Amino acid sequence: MTVVLNQSFTGISIGAVLLLIALGLTLTFGQMGVINMAHGEFIMAGAYTTYVLQKSISSAGVSLLVALPVAFLVAGAMGVLLEWLLIRRLYTRPLDTLLVTWGVSLMLQQLARDIFGAPNVQTAAPNLLTENISVGGGITLANNRLFILGLALLCVLGLTVVLRLTPLGRRIRAVVQNRDLAEVSGISTGRVDRTTFFIGSGLAGVAGVALTLVGPIGPTMGTNYIVDAFLVVVVGGIGQLKGSVITAFVLGVLQSVLEYSTTVSVAKVVVLVAIVAFLQWRPQGLYTLRTRSLA
Amino acid sequence: MTTTTTTPAPVSPPPVSRPARFKVPGAFLLGAVLLLGVAPLALSDFRLNLLAKYLCYAIVAVGVSLAWGRGGLLVLGQGVFFGLGGYAMAMHLKLADAAATGQTLPDFMQLYGTGDTLPWWWQPFANPLFALAMTVLLPMAVAALLGFLVFRRRVKGAYFAILSQALAAALSIWLVGQQATTGGTNGLTDIQGFFGYDLNDPVNQRMVYFVIAAVLLLLMAAARQLFVSRYGELLIAVRDSEERVRFLGYDPANVKLVAYVVAAGMAGLAGALFVPAVGIISPALIGIVPSIGFVIGAAVGGRASLVGAVLGAIAVAWAQSTLSDAFPAAWTYLQGLLFVLAVGFLPGGLASLGAVLRRRRPRNRTTATGETA
Repeated sequence: MTVVLNQSFTGISIGAVLLLIALGLTLTFGQMGVINMAHGEFIMAGAYTTYVLQKSISSAGVSLLVALPVAFLVAGAMGVLLEWLLIRRLYTRPLDTLLVTWGVSLMLQQLARDIFGAPNVQTAAPNLLTENISVGGGITLANNRLFILGLALLCVLGLTVVLRLTPLGRRIRAVVQNRDLAEVSGISTGRVDRTTFFIGSGLAGVAGVALTLVGPIGPTMGTNYIVDAFLVVVVGGIGQLKGSVITAFVLGVLQSVLEYSTTVSVAKVVVLVAIVAFLQWRPQGLYTLRTRSLA
Repeated sequence: MTTTTTTPAPVSPPPVSRPARFKVPGAFLLGAVLLLGVAPLALSDFRLNLLAKYLCYAIVAVGVSLAWGRGGLLVLGQGVFFGLGGYAMAMHLKLADAAATGQTLPDFMQLYGTGDTLPWWWQPFANPLFALAMTVLLPMAVAALLGFLVFRRRVKGAYFAILSQALAAALSIWLVGQQATTGGTNGLTDIQGFFGYDLNDPVNQRMVYFVIAAVLLLLMAAARQLFVSRYGELLIAVRDSEERVRFLGYDPANVKLVAYVVAAGMAGLAGALFVPAVGIISPALIGIVPSIGFVIGAAVGGRASLVGAVLGAIAVAWAQSTLSDAFPAAWTYLQGLLFVLAVGFLPGGLASLGAVLRRRRPRNRTTATGETA
């Protein structure tokens, strides 16, 4: 029982990482219908931002806190640049966007290799986050994983507030629901798209900061997470925050419990089969935006 | 590049004017002469072997052209089928190698110590006919199952692309995990013989090249017939407007399923032929990155044009192996840039360059931007 609970906690923290990554994806995917394969490289950018900051700020705790907003800005700026240069020209061809952004991600990975070198680098975690909390019954919670969980929930909360309560959020929701109608109502959809892309990419940067706490930083770190994050978006329902939250945690727990009872590789296969089976039941994902369109 | 002189075949169906009737067989004949006649005479053993490898990628590209170019299905997981075909072939060849030296187990199994008995699912692969059939049937069966489940529920577009990509990731991770029975990260390596012929002998390597080139030509001819058939028209219709096809009384799921399964079979065959030509099959050759690689060639050359896709695949594979050794960093930038430019700004690929520049007559133009999957 203890083992199952410990595995579940690990699963929840895997889910939190997936959630951080999927939040940005579901936002851009839902609004613009584009699949941004370079999202993984924005994660990498966030992680390297942490690494660079830690070199100039010696205190691990301070540098981590500084890194969060800085990484958001760095990754967000990269996202806006990508949107402005390429993606806005390809809105009518979503599948081609997937391939184009994959080309971009190749280039960004090589750029990271040229700047920081091919081997992985590490950052030091603040002392507080290297400890564990024991909550009794043999269950221990690692502080760094709790921190990531908190960060993920904070991001969900922040995003919900922005989407529900601000004029910007209202505009974003309008564009998601009906782009043409939003446009004729006087919303500058191009500007809203760019803002959404900024927020979505920025969240990837934040996810990158979080990942420095649990693993090494390397040029290809983004690719390891991107496919899983996309699966979260697909299962949760495109553009649905609620769906992404539930799916990320369910997939995370499923993955880690299966990993414990079988092996990592078998767990991956079983999760994929489960997803295909789930899509038989709900092909549009857990939650869907109800529209009258055929597609 | 030895085959750049072939003219792109007109792909739209019958404007049955006299020149068009001779153009396609003419181009086909030219390709056959170049591949089966000129290339073996002009190239050294080493280069011919490399060309054999590129031609395997070209065979995958024929399937990609069918499924993606004509059907609009972005198949990001062709590595799975390439791998299934490759592993089916390699398993048989490993068993044959072991039998030739009087062993019962392939060398890597003795190394990793899994016991003295062959796993049950390896045993049928000792039969050459079974293994050969499996190289095509296994990928087709997997594609049929996934395609049936996915297309029937109208999961399409990006969803399908992501699922097929996840399948590639899952298979390569699974293979890495099963080191004792699949060779793990190393894959199945060091294959010596090919149905009794010694692969270290350059003459037999040439024979393998001829087999691969012949298979490519046959599949291109078959794919071309498929393109101009009624089914080919239906496939394009599904790509361009799936709902309309459904309203007309067809089931788009079946149309897409056929394209996906045929493309999978072609990728499987390519994987099977890749093994004797290169002597190895490993998870690194079939994961996410190589799977996207199969699509790149077709995208650069022209996804909807059969000849374009094939030449694109050969050219990209050639550039990869030539440039990546000399300038690894520069090649990665170039590859990314090529992809961005080709897909982003020339969706018809290089095959459409002439059409874009010359503004050919509309009835000969094939629209290359399929979006509905």
